[in-house]
Amino acid sequence: MPRVVVDVMLKPEILDPQGQAVANALPRLGVTDVSSVRIGRRIEIEFTGQPDLDRAREIADKLLANPVIEDFSVRVADAGHAGESNP
Amino acid sequence: MTARIGVVTFPGSLDDRDAARAARIAGAEVVSLWHDDPDLHGVDAVVLPGGFSYGDYLRCGAIARFAPVMGTIAAGARAGLPVLGICNGFQILCEAHLLPGALTRNQHLHFRNRDQVLRIESAGTAWTNAYQPGQEILIPVKNGEGCYVADERTLDELEATGRVVARYLGGNPNGSLRDIAGISNEAGNVVGLMPHPEHAVEALTGPSLDGLGFFTSILKHLAGVPA
Repeated sequence: MPRVVVDVMLKPEILDPQGQAVANALPRLGVTDVSSVRIGRRIEIEFTGQPDLDRAREIADKLLANPVIEDFSVRVADAGHAGESNP
Repeated sequence: MTARIGVVTFPGSLDDRDAARAARIAGAEVVSLWHDDPDLHGVDAVVLPGGFSYGDYLRCGAIARFAPVMGTIAAGARAGLPVLGICNGFQILCEAHLLPGALTRNQHLHFRNRDQVLRIESAGTAWTNAYQPGQEILIPVKNGEGCYVADERTLDELEATGRVVARYLGGNPNGSLRDIAGISNEAGNVVGLMPHPEHAVEALTGPSLDGLGFFTSILKHLAGVPA
């Protein structure tokens, strides 16, 4: 079933304390060359029929994202596997 | 005639009983409203209580905003119905675009639960007219996502038009921009407040009785007493 993937990210000017906390933890892993981490949300939508990007955009704008603090993008995931999956 | 104040219960609301109790102590007749029932049962004002409506899934207040009762409340609020959103209620009002800005994760990422001094910055709203402008009050604050954010233009406009209702004093508990604890809409009938006045209405359980003013204010407002 083709899926629409919605990515929601905090706007660049909005502070992301979660991302900062993760970035601050990286030196404990021995990682010292990361300057910034920002955390967002990925949502996969399956339509009963063909994937409808306009409809997905409406869903994202009204519910999945808060346009006051977040940006979003929508795309149809590759057939077979919904985007990239972990090995 | 006794004013009728509706208190909404969403799945996950926590402070609806305390809000109802506070309104009752102030002298109101309390009407319980249910998230799934769009009928406001003729109430004169509405309180959206604190808690974790719909488990705070997606974003705090994002799903509650689409509850059947919220459609009626939003239409009423735009027509002048007084609405007070406390904590999760404030988040719902922002998600519903009845108030500008948004409430985000506390800057330090910790849930903050303590008694907090506020300064009432605007006594001109339906919910704060029993206070003196500049009055300092002590009420509990308890939130994980209480960091108020809005763009600079919105913040400037809120300040310039007297819509910052309350500000944190003696330490900002969540990183809210400009120490904002509460704001109102342009007309002053809709107020959102992150701390909890309903927990400060009785000596037995509260740090003070300072929260009662929000509930006596609305009764004064409904009785037509000029602020």
